[in-house]
Amino acid sequence: MGGDAAAVEVRDVVVRYGETTAVDGVSLSLPRGRVLALLGHNGAGKTSLLQICEGFRRPDDGRARVLGLDPVGDHDELMPRLGIMLQSGGVYPWATAGEILRLFASFAAHPLDTDMLLDRLGLRRFERTRFRRLSGGEQQRLSLAVALVGRPELVFLDEPTAGMDTEARHTTWQLIEELRADGVSVLLTTHLLDEAERLADDVVIMRSGTVAATGTPAELTSAAAIDVLEVRADPGLDLTGLRAGRTVAEPTPGQYTISGSLDTAGLAEVLAWFATAGADVTAINTRRRTLEDVYLSLTATPTPVGATK
Amino acid sequence: MSTFAPAPGRAPMRTILDRQIRMELLLTARRGEAVVLAMGVPLLVLLGAGLFEVTNLPTDDRLGWVVPGVLALTVMSTAFTGQAITTGYERSYGVLKRLGASPLTRPGLLLAKTAAVLVQIAVQVLVLALVGLAVGWRPEAGALLPAIGVTVLATAGYSGLALLLASILKPETTTGAATLIYVVMLSVGGIMFSAPGLGPAGWFLLPLAAHAEALRETLMHGGAVPLGIWLALGTWAVVWPALAARNFKWE
Repeated sequence: MGGDAAAVEVRDVVVRYGETTAVDGVSLSLPRGRVLALLGHNGAGKTSLLQICEGFRRPDDGRARVLGLDPVGDHDELMPRLGIMLQSGGVYPWATAGEILRLFASFAAHPLDTDMLLDRLGLRRFERTRFRRLSGGEQQRLSLAVALVGRPELVFLDEPTAGMDTEARHTTWQLIEELRADGVSVLLTTHLLDEAERLADDVVIMRSGTVAATGTPAELTSAAAIDVLEVRADPGLDLTGLRAGRTVAEPTPGQYTISGSLDTAGLAEVLAWFATAGADVTAINTRRRTLEDVYLSLTATPTPVGATK
Repeated sequence: MSTFAPAPGRAPMRTILDRQIRMELLLTARRGEAVVLAMGVPLLVLLGAGLFEVTNLPTDDRLGWVVPGVLALTVMSTAFTGQAITTGYERSYGVLKRLGASPLTRPGLLLAKTAAVLVQIAVQVLVLALVGLAVGWRPEAGALLPAIGVTVLATAGYSGLALLLASILKPETTTGAATLIYVVMLSVGGIMFSAPGLGPAGWFLLPLAAHAEALRETLMHGGAVPLGIWLALGTWAVVWPALAARNFKWE
């Protein structure tokens, strides 16, 4: 049932907590086998939206379909097909890592090998350690293992690498890339830009419960192409001829920064100008807009910016 | 190699419930205070008040009077105190939410918890009855069915109140309230000495006293359970589970 449906389809979803509107008319779509990152500050509405998809609550308005099913109405049918990683907790503090993973494995028809998962996530030596004795990062890794052990079609990961050290974070990223390669659909929330940039096919930037922008990481960052060109050459050149349609400055002698209309032809023009001026160019450097620049510009402005799809 | 190639599916429900019930029992056995409440206190009361003249009882058959009370106390400590504390913390740790969102499902989780409580009560009652018999308790076997009947009603009422408290109070408050109620019931519930003579009203207020009295009537005298006790425990068995069902929170 719902075999051809999108992994996640959210239309105009509204979530209210009393007077507060946590999610205000969000729509998004996650095709099968892809990774979508919900990116935003704390309180942007990411977890609330995830809770709707996980069937923990009904949207106050709008509609969510997961694998073609209603997350609330078809809860029992849907759950065996999903892997859910909560932001924290969800596990018996007095049970050991091994007991917890084997319990969830026993719920599945074709579970993954629990020893393999413990090894892959670096949890083998904690197999007999009680959950409450694990560090935050270790608890997160166990929660991830629990989410994956039932071989789900779709996983929801709420801040999957929060509290992890660098090594564990990279292990987790590799694992998520492997999930995608094996055809698992992934919806994750994060406030880490490098995480979104590395893992996601599609990024949805959320701000104050609304979608500020959507697109692939490349689409979101390349809209501005190259932002700034830095050129090191002979100091004190007369820059008048270079200024057509560009902003040019020489903040320190011999160090020029040029911005504006820097597509390929524009770059050629700039360098040709230095050649014509008889200057010796000794170094050039280009600066592109990063996802961070896009993110900051979208999330810092007081009014929502239109989607840049 | 496609390690994570999707192959979702639910294990047979019997397997799922079996594993969940085992986990519930394992975790209970692992918590020291739960074991003391479940076995230590009842054993102490049974041997102390049953064998020694530490309290004044309205009868010379000390064991005949004390053992049914201890059995009633055990049912309360497991179905009410233990269940309230455990459920309160499991909710605050997100365990209920997480397990409800697994192939176990929410009804499956409630079923497993109920079964675990019943298994626990069965084991405790059996052990305490055997200890009682070993030290000289000689119950009447003729009225065993009504004794089981009132015990089922008491269990349902206690469970309902436990789940209600765990849903409306913070876990720390639930623990405090459940322990306080346990101590109050233990003191005035007619286990170590006679309950205050509140008449039929007392049976509604002190289900422990009502349950203990019913077990004494049946196991000590082989008699019938007074109608007032059926009504009192029956009311508990309907009201608290109904309120719990209305107010139960998964997270």
